[in-house]
Amino acid sequence: MRYYDKLIFELSKPGRIGFSLPHAGCPWTAAPAGACRPRQGSGGTTSVVGSEEIGEFCDSGKFSDSCDSLRGWRSRDGVLWRESKLELPEVSEPDVVRHYTNLSQMNFGVDTGFYPLGSCTMKYNPKINEEVVAQFNGLHPLQPARTVEGVKAIYDFMDKALAEITGMKHFTFLPCAGAHGELTGLMLMREYHFRRGDLARTKVIVPDSAHGTNPASAAVCGLDIVVVKSRPDGLVDVEDLKPLLGPDVAGIMMTNPNTLGLFERDIKEIAELVHACGGLLYYDGANMNPLLGVVRPGDMGFDIMHLNLHKTFSTPHGGGGPGSGPVGVAEALVPLLDVPRTSGFHGNFGIILRACAYILMLGRENIKMAGPLATLSANYIKESLKDCYKLPIQAVCKHEFVFDGLAEPNGVTTLDVAKRLLDYGFHAPTIYFPLLFHQALMVEPTETESLETLDAFIDVMRKIAQEALQDPELLHSAPHNTPIGRPDETTAARQPILKYQN
Amino acid sequence: MSKIIEGLLYSESHEWVKVEGGIAVIGVSDFAQSEMGDITYVDLPSEGDSFEAGEEFGALESVKASSELYCPVSGEVVEVNTELEASPEKVNEDAYGAWIIKVRLSDPAELESLMDAAAYAAIAK
Amino acid sequence: MQPSPSRMGAFSYFPHTGEDIRHMLDRIGVRSLEDLYSDVPSEFIHRGEYDLPSALSEVELRAWFKDMASRNTELKVFVGAGAYDHYTPSVIPYITSRSEFLTAYTPYQCEISQGTLRYIFEWQTMICSLTGLDVANASMYDGPSAAAEAMRMCVACTRKRNTVVASSGLLPNVLETLRTYARYSGINLVETWEVHEAVAEGTLDLAGVIVPSINRFGMIESHLGLADLVHEAGALLVEYCDPSALAVVKTPAEWGADIAVGDGQSLGVPLCYGGPYVGFMACRSEWMRKLPGRIVGQTVDAEGRRVFVLTLQAREQHIRREKATSNICSNESLIALWCTVYLSLMGPEGLRRVNELCYEGAHYLHRELMATGLFEDPFEGREFLKEFALRPLCDAAKLQQALLDEGFFAALQTEEGYVTFCVTERRTREEIDALVKVVKEAAL
Repeated sequence: MRYYDKLIFELSKPGRIGFSLPHAGCPWTAAPAGACRPRQGSGGTTSVVGSEEIGEFCDSGKFSDSCDSLRGWRSRDGVLWRESKLELPEVSEPDVVRHYTNLSQMNFGVDTGFYPLGSCTMKYNPKINEEVVAQFNGLHPLQPARTVEGVKAIYDFMDKALAEITGMKHFTFLPCAGAHGELTGLMLMREYHFRRGDLARTKVIVPDSAHGTNPASAAVCGLDIVVVKSRPDGLVDVEDLKPLLGPDVAGIMMTNPNTLGLFERDIKEIAELVHACGGLLYYDGANMNPLLGVVRPGDMGFDIMHLNLHKTFSTPHGGGGPGSGPVGVAEALVPLLDVPRTSGFHGNFGIILRACAYILMLGRENIKMAGPLATLSANYIKESLKDCYKLPIQAVCKHEFVFDGLAEPNGVTTLDVAKRLLDYGFHAPTIYFPLLFHQALMVEPTETESLETLDAFIDVMRKIAQEALQDPELLHSAPHNTPIGRPDETTAARQPILKYQN
Repeated sequence: MSKIIEGLLYSESHEWVKVEGGIAVIGVSDFAQSEMGDITYVDLPSEGDSFEAGEEFGALESVKASSELYCPVSGEVVEVNTELEASPEKVNEDAYGAWIIKVRLSDPAELESLMDAAAYAAIAK
Repeated sequence: MQPSPSRMGAFSYFPHTGEDIRHMLDRIGVRSLEDLYSDVPSEFIHRGEYDLPSALSEVELRAWFKDMASRNTELKVFVGAGAYDHYTPSVIPYITSRSEFLTAYTPYQCEISQGTLRYIFEWQTMICSLTGLDVANASMYDGPSAAAEAMRMCVACTRKRNTVVASSGLLPNVLETLRTYARYSGINLVETWEVHEAVAEGTLDLAGVIVPSINRFGMIESHLGLADLVHEAGALLVEYCDPSALAVVKTPAEWGADIAVGDGQSLGVPLCYGGPYVGFMACRSEWMRKLPGRIVGQTVDAEGRRVFVLTLQAREQHIRREKATSNICSNESLIALWCTVYLSLMGPEGLRRVNELCYEGAHYLHRELMATGLFEDPFEGREFLKEFALRPLCDAAKLQQALLDEGFFAALQTEEGYVTFCVTERRTREEIDALVKVVKEAAL
């Protein structure tokens, strides 16, 4: 990867164009229908270089004899029309292609290398998934049902497949991301209580190890957050939970396995306790991958859950989105499923198509291997590195696990380790999360990485542990082989520059 | 070792209070600023806002953290140190010079529940 | 879960051979894959077969989707209502399918994410340019959810106030999304056509007002004087806009709005049955730290080079948890890239031309439809751009069906009994003439 220091605005030169559009018609002030003539004055509508001298060819416009043209908007009642100049780049098509190709070459993706990013499930994104989408691009979201029977069949298939995989009854596909799913799911939880006339349930219980989105989603949904503590072994403390339960509890949000990669083995007791107090159980599907093909959240007693199709079901992350976070519910909540309208149309259909392709390729045969192989990879790395990285919890993990920094740090932090990994061609793990450990370094390998890749990662992690002892400065100043060095984030936040200014 | 100044009062959430007449001048302790690291933003209330003792009145932000500020005493905000909007680093440079708000005490008795320097030294570590 | 050598390697996404699995199990010190789940109560292990289809090969998968696609009808789209059939230049899918963009995660590690960070910075700049406002975020899920976030932002910016007035002229799916978010977060949402009056009436609790730039009947709205009224009431003005149209219609900044939101779909993003699209959000700089979502900023690296990072993160859920400005943590980055490349190709001239073509086509269709004598114009004299509503003097359902039979998706009914039409630059004069012909014949 090399450094390329341009923004598209810096390639701009007045008169260049990158578009290819039909010709627009004639000026507003022109003669009546059928008598259109070239216009005098400013503003090129058809010229290749967009300059005024070339003149107008309004007779080649599609509607040239209608003469209802927008061109004259400046001369019309000015109130409704834009007066300020529109600053956009003026660049040719080859400029655009080369610029964005150069930008892409400063990026790292799953196709570039290993991404051991905890809680993000960066598995391989199959290429066939991308291929199937294009043939649905032309469908308008409000088309009548009888013109989109294929779409309906795909949604029905996905509903049934996800219900089978998770043990839930039905799904809504409106949410566009995991956090959006959490919010939609919590709305369903509240609606369930509202409909029973039970308005006192305004609290939701969230473990201290939960993803940050859990309390944030609960707050957006108008719920008060009550934190339940983890025990030293990393699992939810059932004894701490008991006194929190009561008639004001709407439910609990759980991630299982939790963010330490540990299976909450007391889940049955927790489910019974929460149900007994009248609350519901929400399953945060961010960590569903190790259970794929092995355990169904519905069987564990969860009432509501979301899935991250961009994690467990292989759709690409796209640099931060679009994703998809369908929400599944148990039988009792099915009638409410369409109540919360949290996005504009039918959810991210293009992403749902990709996940559908993945499920069909997995099939009932391969699905049973997905979770176990992800779990195998995580435990393999954990066992191979626990002598040089601090492993606070020794138990068998699921798809991910957490180190608490180097065994012998010698002043080297988790951030230093993460940045040094970039030099060796690996993405960094998730760092400083979960908050339970000060030097948290959270690794999730997924089932699509080969033994050779895992071994290469393990070798590099060991090498970095050695470097920490021999040359800590090398790590403090890492990375050294990336397009840029460590940025000054303090200045970025103190004096924010958030747009290009010429 | 962070600095603790004699003669100020301190809260458990690491705010300091200096009483000048009926006015409480409020800032955060040197310990608090050192725990935060480089402060990038101070979220300030407006003049005229009123807070109860223990109520949140603003926040400090650093690159990777955020910490709420709690009003150690009840009262109305009579002055805000707007200089911190542009220069949040002043809190790092001199935590006891960079006051954040001044509050007109509505219940001076509340001051008794705050710590003196010696008591605060025991928790600020 | 026993590794069976005959099956291992049989699935192309799993690299593990039987031997690899054996080796890894030995390193861990367990005997089988099943032992890795020894902490899971055995009653929760799903032992049976999943009721799913048998794995397909790529050849079969292609056929499966081809069959599904064949059960849909691709229509000539003369409907908008929040999803517009604009032209997609060929460059865009070519660029956005580059795997360095497609398969990257959120750009946490900025040293190896400058590609993503730079295009988001470009997107933020372009959104500021379109809306005229100072600051934009890295994007939201879609327009309606962005409007809901703007509603929440009004409440956050005005601290203890809790009432938001929304114009009944907003798109139905925007209003529904606002209602949903308001219901659960306890915001008092007031919907009305009489926005000026509702604000003038005065309530101490007013946090914000949300109005469309172009309403759901396609009419370009005048917000003359509204911003002053809203600001006098101590509240914020939010404008919901079509970013493509902002090349020609008055900008949120020109109207005096504090926040602009909308859907980037009209910037060349395919219809794709409703998503993925991309929401955008911009505001005046005084509200910068209340913006939800990711924001990219410019800074320098250790060698003094200009670089880009995710910034102002202390607003976000992974730091603030329940006190965050929002729970949102993704942005629709790849679709933001889609729009950024679109705007780069279009430039000021191309985007203006798109609007001219839409305007001309829509006005031509409007004139031709009115000439049939089968419609009344309930909004006569009002300005519109690419979408308009008419009152049909014939049976609207029958009309829409006749159009569908001929391959047109047009005459979408509103709750008032109007029918709406939309013309983008993709529609040809021949298509419009053919549509009018169908309308005339349907009425016979």
